[in-house]
Amino acid sequence: MNAIAYARATDTPSALATTAEPGSRASYIAGGTNVIDLMKDDVEKPVTLVDITALPMRDIRVGAESIMLGALATMADVADTPAVKANFPVVSEALLLSASAQLRNMATIGGNVLQRTRCSYFRDVSQPCNKRHPGNGCSAIGGENRFHSVIGTSDHCICSHPSDFAAALTAVDARVHTRTASGTRVIAIEDLYVLPGDRPNIENVLAPGELIEAIELPVSAHARNSQYLKVRDRASYEFALVSVAAALETSRGTIRTARVVLGSVAPKPWRAHDVEAALVGRPATPDTFARAAAIASNGMRGFGNNDYKIPLARNTVEQALQAIGGAA
Amino acid sequence: MPASNGPFSRRRFIVTTVAPALALGLSSGQLLRSADAATVTRLPSHGPKPVPVTLLVNGTEHRVAIEPRATLLDTLRDSLNLTGTKKGCDQGTCGACTVLVDGKRVNSCFTLAIMTQGKAVTTIEGLAQGDALHPMQAAFLEHDAFQCGFCTSGQIMSAVGFLSEHRPADDATVREFMSGNICRCGAYPNILAAIQSVAGHA
Repeated sequence: MNAIAYARATDTPSALATTAEPGSRASYIAGGTNVIDLMKDDVEKPVTLVDITALPMRDIRVGAESIMLGALATMADVADTPAVKANFPVVSEALLLSASAQLRNMATIGGNVLQRTRCSYFRDVSQPCNKRHPGNGCSAIGGENRFHSVIGTSDHCICSHPSDFAAALTAVDARVHTRTASGTRVIAIEDLYVLPGDRPNIENVLAPGELIEAIELPVSAHARNSQYLKVRDRASYEFALVSVAAALETSRGTIRTARVVLGSVAPKPWRAHDVEAALVGRPATPDTFARAAAIASNGMRGFGNNDYKIPLARNTVEQALQAIGGAA
Repeated sequence: MPASNGPFSRRRFIVTTVAPALALGLSSGQLLRSADAATVTRLPSHGPKPVPVTLLVNGTEHRVAIEPRATLLDTLRDSLNLTGTKKGCDQGTCGACTVLVDGKRVNSCFTLAIMTQGKAVTTIEGLAQGDALHPMQAAFLEHDAFQCGFCTSGQIMSAVGFLSEHRPADDATVREFMSGNICRCGAYPNILAAIQSVAGHA
């Protein structure tokens, strides 16, 4: 780990001014579970860490129309909030199926959605990686790629997005509230991330120093009937091979609204719009779910070690839909 | 925070931001409002050389000089000589370094010591009252819940944290919520029994 300077933010404008300074190489730190990990591996080498844990962004505000989650709320805080469990079961489940109890006590939800890929080549600075050094090449293409993506990839990067929480947020149409020195904005979670293309070093639309202040969960009928299904190598404390965040609204036996989001198959949470289209307007029956799930892997392409993810994606989508379809 | 003698300590930048509405060219979302032209002080920073830090560990205040990058784990072991907290993987995977910060279990290998100022840290050395073991320590002895012992401090601290979370103590729940602590000797059945005995689970 490189040596760092440390600054403790006591107000948001000063924190923004410190990180926005061109060439400052300052990073925010809150829970620290991602940035310290990456610093220990020399993947990230900030000059200054700006500790934002004293900023007033920790509250969870439950309203009639939405729940506003302060960005500094921990994964444990959010997972155990009764209103989140009741109105957004997919969100609570995704959090509780993530990491360990210790890490969930530390990691903040703002940091969670910006966590970086688990690609072992990205995390090994002795290996070429276009995400760390654009133009150096991708070691995972033709390498060990069992955990990598099968859709949304490019010739430059096939990493997968590791956040269970972000997949769940996508299924409930969450909105990310951010701030820069010049103002605030609200970004739909689906619009937060960008695919690698020929610039895999760019992972989201945030400007340098732009700070996530809150994540908003809008109350909806489909969010109330939702589930997170995670498939992994061991029963607990492991990243997903494939996961599905599914949400359904039905009325008199007909599907009105559907959200099907796959995790760990793409460089961002992957919303399966074609599967959703195959559900809406049809009867909520096992046959409908099977037919819709069958097209979940359209457009997917494996790289050898990860070919298994393609049938696994179809099967996991079907299992998730059958599970919540009966309760709808 | 005391001023440091590091190269950044005297650098204070006055940054004037003149609200450049939409000048960022934000590609997604809507700019809701702009800050007024304001004078904002850039934060003073400390380090990277050792800086004075005050830590409250097991009820005792300790003043140490540490680099900002020092983890709580390394600071406990190397600066405070509290070696009961173990370094296993040093990457948040094994749980051997588990301590309580303000009563919540965390991985001390992923915690910067400088960020725990003003918080109460509890380590395995802080559980017993004199010669009277904490009930969880006694239960680990009673149920023979370890072999080599290297993971045991972390297991016990994590188990104490688990109890304070007031979850049911059935087999599945304890196993799930203790999954952040790896035991290479495989003492899991006895660890489970020890925790359940303290939790009052039949």
